[in-house]
Amino acid sequence: MSIRNGLLALLEGGPKYGYQLRVEFEAATGATWPLNVGQVYTTLSRLERDGLVEPAGSADDSGKVVYHITAAGRAELAAWFDEPIEHDARPRDELVIKLAMAVATPGVDALAVIDAQRAAAHRAIRAATRRKSTGPPGGGDLATELVAEAAIFAAEAEVRWLDHCEQVLLSRPTAPPGTATPVPPIPADLSRSVT
Amino acid sequence: MTPVLQLVNVSRVHGSGPTAVHALRDVTLTVSAGELVAVMGPSGSGKSTLLNVAGGLDAATSGQISVEGMPLRGVTATELAALRRRAIGYVFQDLNLIPALTAAENVALPRELDGIRSRTARTEALAALAEVDLTGYADSYPDQLSGGQRQRIAIARALIGPRRLVLADEPTGALDSVTGEGILKLLRARCDAGAAGVIVTHDARLAGWADRIVSLRDGSLVDDGTGVPRSRSALRSTS
Repeated sequence: MSIRNGLLALLEGGPKYGYQLRVEFEAATGATWPLNVGQVYTTLSRLERDGLVEPAGSADDSGKVVYHITAAGRAELAAWFDEPIEHDARPRDELVIKLAMAVATPGVDALAVIDAQRAAAHRAIRAATRRKSTGPPGGGDLATELVAEAAIFAAEAEVRWLDHCEQVLLSRPTAPPGTATPVPPIPADLSRSVT
Repeated sequence: MTPVLQLVNVSRVHGSGPTAVHALRDVTLTVSAGELVAVMGPSGSGKSTLLNVAGGLDAATSGQISVEGMPLRGVTATELAALRRRAIGYVFQDLNLIPALTAAENVALPRELDGIRSRTARTEALAALAEVDLTGYADSYPDQLSGGQRQRIAIARALIGPRRLVLADEPTGALDSVTGEGILKLLRARCDAGAAGVIVTHDARLAGWADRIVSLRDGSLVDDGTGVPRSRSALRSTS
């Protein structure tokens, strides 16, 4: 998956040391995905076990090993770039669950949940916009910009979904928010087993 | 920071009696020099009314509005027109520019209406065009320019001379996302240089360029952007 394929992609650019991979991984992901050097070496040893990378010769004088990508590694990398990442058909997103629970739980003002979440999404958009715009003038770091854009688009989608939920809640001619349907009484034969 | 625009308990009611529509309810908002505020909210929530009332294009039913410390109420129509022209710039989604005038003439127009000499107005217009990266387009006509360039001209015109309040109503509505983003970057830069801006948008990503986002719900203002803890809890106490 991602770290693994990320390292393969970096090695596709030429043989590299583990430490070098860590630095380049962070640079390429706009510093939004910090790795520790342990993760890099763990991943490298698994890649080596699977025949996707190889150490180029033995350790140099300072004990460091240069890795390069194998033909199998290149095939795996090509497959990664070719295959789209599928969307989960049933998102187990905490926000979705929280809002579903907010409309189902008596005494919860779902509109207040929406307001608070939307404010948080707006803050996230502003923070990502600042990251994007604080790059060097006239062509900042492309990776930083695109990674910030991903955060902006995701938060924007959340805002649109929250707006939609709000409109739906406001347009339903139901009782005040939080007044949920009473729980039906438990049939006698079942209540025995529950108690 | 100096408040450039101040609204205190502003309401706008259309009609009266049982059919009265409360377009704005008790809105209080201060926008300082250097600040860009985004106004969001569902359609019909009063966003455009807020902008029109703030800019003196529509009169509030009650409350106080002042621009650069000067009240918009209690002045004659002529004084209001002068204040609108001298202190406030408007940017709309389209129909911004006069097609028969060049870019520089469009930008210089409000200064010429201020009564300053044409030559001075042109010098100021060229400077304003340079600030929006349109040096070299001074003598082009609007229909020779792209939508993004036309909006840049509208922003240059809004902020020419001593004007430092720009009110923008969906200024990127007709533009593609990259060009629209460029317009917001430009507004951001003009505000960083000392202007005060209010932009109405339905687009959360564009609002990300603002210092603050305020939302309108049925004419009432909800401040989203400052991270202030909410006054109400979602879960009612069960006591």
